Amino acid sequence: MMFLRYAVYRFFTMLLTLWVVSILVFAIINLPPGDYLSNQIAELRATGQAEGVAKAEFLRTEYALDRPLWEQYLIWVGFSPGPNGFSGLIQGDFGWSFEFDRPVGEIVGDALWLTVLVNLAAVLFVYLIALPLGVLAAAKSETWVDYTAGFVGYLGLATPNFLLALILFYYGHKYFNLPIGGLMDPVYEGQPMSWPKVKSILLHMIVPTFVIGTSGAAAMMQRLRANMLDELSKPYVETAKAKGLAPAKLLAKYPLRMAFNPFVADIGNLLPAMVSGSVLVSVVLGLQTIGPYLLAALKSQDQFLAAFVLMFVALLTLIGTMISDMLLVLLDPRIRYGGRGA
Amino acid sequence: MSIQPDNRFVDTEPWIDDADISAPERAEMDAPGWLLTWRKFRRHKLALVSGVFLLLCYLMLPVAGFIAPYTPNERSADYLYAPPQSINLWHEGSFVGPYVYPVTAKADLVNFRWTYTTDETRPMPLEFFCEGDEYNLFGVIPSDTHLVCAPDGATLFLWGSDRLGRDVFSRILYGAQLSLTVGIIGITVSFLLGITFGAMAGYFGGKTDWIINRAIEILRSLPELPLWLALSAAVPSNWGPVAVFFIISIILGILDWPGLARAVRSKFLSLREEEYVKAAEMMGARPARVIRRHLLPNFMSHLIASATLSIPAMILGETALSFLGLGLRAPAVSWGVMLNDAQNLASIEIYWWTAIPMLPIVVVVLAFNFLGDGLRASLDPYKS
Repeated sequence: MMFLRYAVYRFFTMLLTLWVVSILVFAIINLPPGDYLSNQIAELRATGQAEGVAKAEFLRTEYALDRPLWEQYLIWVGFSPGPNGFSGLIQGDFGWSFEFDRPVGEIVGDALWLTVLVNLAAVLFVYLIALPLGVLAAAKSETWVDYTAGFVGYLGLATPNFLLALILFYYGHKYFNLPIGGLMDPVYEGQPMSWPKVKSILLHMIVPTFVIGTSGAAAMMQRLRANMLDELSKPYVETAKAKGLAPAKLLAKYPLRMAFNPFVADIGNLLPAMVSGSVLVSVVLGLQTIGPYLLAALKSQDQFLAAFVLMFVALLTLIGTMISDMLLVLLDPRIRYGGRGA
Repeated sequence: MSIQPDNRFVDTEPWIDDADISAPERAEMDAPGWLLTWRKFRRHKLALVSGVFLLLCYLMLPVAGFIAPYTPNERSADYLYAPPQSINLWHEGSFVGPYVYPVTAKADLVNFRWTYTTDETRPMPLEFFCEGDEYNLFGVIPSDTHLVCAPDGATLFLWGSDRLGRDVFSRILYGAQLSLTVGIIGITVSFLLGITFGAMAGYFGGKTDWIINRAIEILRSLPELPLWLALSAAVPSNWGPVAVFFIISIILGILDWPGLARAVRSKFLSLREEEYVKAAEMMGARPARVIRRHLLPNFMSHLIASATLSIPAMILGETALSFLGLGLRAPAVSWGVMLNDAQNLASIEIYWWTAIPMLPIVVVVLAFNFLGDGLRASLDPYKS
């Protein structure tokens, strides 16, 4: 019951955070002077295309862009009704993309799922790599295993993601015949899910997953190693050793459990970095996630599209952090429910 | 040391009665904090080497124009995508001094690329302290003396030339001026914001603490890069490169402060209960004075160590932004701008030297990491 209450509490704080984020996103999007439609109208006027101007003017009133900013915000989120049935984010109407001349929801549709998929794969990759390597590095600390793991970790932290992506793509294609670019074979684009399509997506995800996950895995490995070393120097480990517990069992039974908490809690730090990384890597590798849309929208001030992508990315991280917080409470009974003071 | 007949050990050294037996330990104990830190730091060889390397890098910045054989936007139209050249000392068994071989370009119209042939019969010695294109020493003194230049009729492309025939090596040196200072400016902004907000939250507590804490939580839960992208997209494109550069570094700093503020806050929460803080308050010191004179000096060194660790993220951030075309733009030269040119697979496969700017990035980021780790370890008084 306590857990349920905590979950509800955590959910509402997330909603509150999301609301603040929406204000932030809206402000940032409206920061640059001018907007897509006025630029377009000015351009059309200059070239003397009257019918285009009429369409742009229509879009502008349709999406309430001629109102004051605070009203635009309320309408965009859906707190107040927009003109002619534009109902806002909350009711699932994400607005119109002026750049692509289609509704935002239609453009990003597939990309949303692929974004979630790529990030999920990267998180899994981080845990699969960081957990064994971190434990191994701590157990065999100050041996060549530790130094190699440390060196690889540092290198992973220091290499810019996008470069790693390019290099891995090149060599992956050259030596392992991995496909270049995209998240699936172009043949399957727009096709319904089928077994060959799934296989194609999996094959295409190898390099992106690796690239997005590497820096996160490196950071997490180092932290796990430090935690494990702290635990290993405690007296109870000595006692267990003296009583003749097998090394592997000794390691798994107590210190690993203790070192595991920060490991779960850390996802709150890890996730924002990974989602950022995936946006960048998607642009470089041409993955069909929302990364490339964000870049295009930001460059042309396509405000509804850009704002929606930013909101979605923030939502993704917020949900991830919330889940990690709840897992942590389930894992560690010492952590108190209900935030501070409760 | 001698052994007496009854098996006792006796020191043969004469006994000095008035010697202060605690003398050697005293000197150790009276040593100032920085000396103790330095002694510990010296033992971290990797951190020491990294520190020296970074120091040299930053000292190089104002005189980059002197060291670089070319200026960053100087084009050699006859040498597009020229491969790296080596500097040799001996020619056919005799010592010539540092020299290069002249190369000539030929358009390969079958494969549609430039091929270069090296004329290995004519060694051409390099010129030193010679005149070249004009640049500004320390950013202000106009000068045209270069440490080393190509001899007449030959080129000196140590790391090859790029798409427009510009020297990659020189551009990396010039690029360092922006790429390395981005981190410093960004960290200054982040430091100021982080300390101010963190100190306010920790010292005053209550409502201030709550508001600042929520702000930190929100900023930390947001993915950085999309925000960087959005903010840099907001920079008007008609601004000059210098203005863009400053704005970009400030943006990087604005989004980095929450981590620092959290560390400051948690320190303050425990330190503000100390007696000396109470004493200072009772003597009528204002909060600003208590924070600056009594609290901050306590862990300034730790903050500096953690700042060292967040500089790499900013350098990588600038690189990523410029790489995507949202950060610095040509004619400004930074490592990210250079890599923007190397964005395609062709430049990795055929013209691999255009991707060389990644080397300094990796090396500098590694150096900052090692230095930061070393600093942190040696500043920890509980670790020997």
